[in-house]
Amino acid sequence: MIPAGFEYHRPGDIASAIGILQEHGDEARVIAGGHSLIPMMKLRMAEMGHLVDLQAIDELKGVKIGSDTVSLGAMVTQHEMITHDGLASAIPLIREAALQIADPQVRYMGTVGGNVANGDPGNDMPGLMQCLNATFELSGPDGNRSVAARDFYEAAYFTAREDEEILTRISIPVPAAGVGQAYEKQKRKIGDYATAAAAVMFGQGTASVAMTNLADTPIWSADASTALAGGDVEGCVAAMLDAIDPVADNRGPVEFKKHVAAVMLRRAIDRAQSRAG
Amino acid sequence: MSKMHVKLTVNGKEVEGLAEPRTLLIHFLREDLKITGPHIGCETSHCGACTVDIDGKSVKSCTTFVAQVNGADITTVEGLTNDDGSLGVLQEMFREHHGLQCGFCTPGMITRAHRLLQENPNPTEEEIRFGMAGNLCRCTGYQNIVKAISASADMLNAQKEAAE
Repeated sequence: MIPAGFEYHRPGDIASAIGILQEHGDEARVIAGGHSLIPMMKLRMAEMGHLVDLQAIDELKGVKIGSDTVSLGAMVTQHEMITHDGLASAIPLIREAALQIADPQVRYMGTVGGNVANGDPGNDMPGLMQCLNATFELSGPDGNRSVAARDFYEAAYFTAREDEEILTRISIPVPAAGVGQAYEKQKRKIGDYATAAAAVMFGQGTASVAMTNLADTPIWSADASTALAGGDVEGCVAAMLDAIDPVADNRGPVEFKKHVAAVMLRRAIDRAQSRAG
Repeated sequence: MSKMHVKLTVNGKEVEGLAEPRTLLIHFLREDLKITGPHIGCETSHCGACTVDIDGKSVKSCTTFVAQVNGADITTVEGLTNDDGSLGVLQEMFREHHGLQCGFCTPGMITRAHRLLQENPNPTEEEIRFGMAGNLCRCTGYQNIVKAISASADMLNAQKEAAE
């Protein structure tokens, strides 16, 4: 399987990358790790005249751990998130979820920026970032702006990012001490997307609950989170089952997906609770 | 589409060539460099038969453009022999423990296991299975692959101790 031809660009800074996107418009796309994009290019479901490789841009790299905020560069790989001890102690949920993405080889290449910006409902990081109430930093021809993860997703593969913008960094508030965190994912086999996955933060009178691959966007539910914060687990599960909108596919019929969603959510709540201080 | 100049270090040797940017690394290795250890299996980044080591990372070369790795240091299964050309430890242990039958997945298995043992010289069985989860084998049932990697870890550690 050989993709259609393209011209390859490897800019060294964000401004040059945006310049290439502006010059070529619809004909240009950025590539990070490429493990979602290249398979689509091989199937000729994605074609572009210009491929803009972000690997040489230092501004898109690195994990910064502050006392209140963690900043992840868009090009930070899942492997880096798993092996970064400072990140694991600040927000253990990220390592727990990253270990459940794809397989080791893919995790060396796959990036957090690609995972959240692609808009694929199967990706794990969007729901996780909604649970954590992260903010995505975007740079474009008109400057920089920030969009909350909870406002970023519009439909499958449609996000608040404009074509000429690049998602540069992700800012995540460090959860308060004593807040338990858990990520639970059911998948058919290694490398598969979730049949259902749940990200939960719970403790100290607060809660945040998001789920993955159960609608055409990740689902963070204010009602489910409020119910759980008040200790009402059944109310939380009921509110979430009301918020999701799964469709039947080769992972199962709608009834099965709702069943698995409830199981994953309950397990994640139990484990987050057991970790809460 | 015009070709680009590609320069790589493969198994310790500097190599150069011309390639269209859309050329996948697996095709450049096999067809231009005639390095046929890495295999083309599923072509969809699931099976791991095409795994090579790129700058210290295990990577599926069917899902990587050669343009992306221009300038990189690459090791394939051919680069994991001893200096005299005899089988390296992982290769020898896969033979010894029957870690292969048809052999199609073996270059990817061994190349991935090499990186796994670099990162974790004393893996548990569970860590081996988790670390090898990106490589599929349809012959062995994995049991002997796990044994071969575990035996390789022991032998490499013994060699390291003897050298100290």
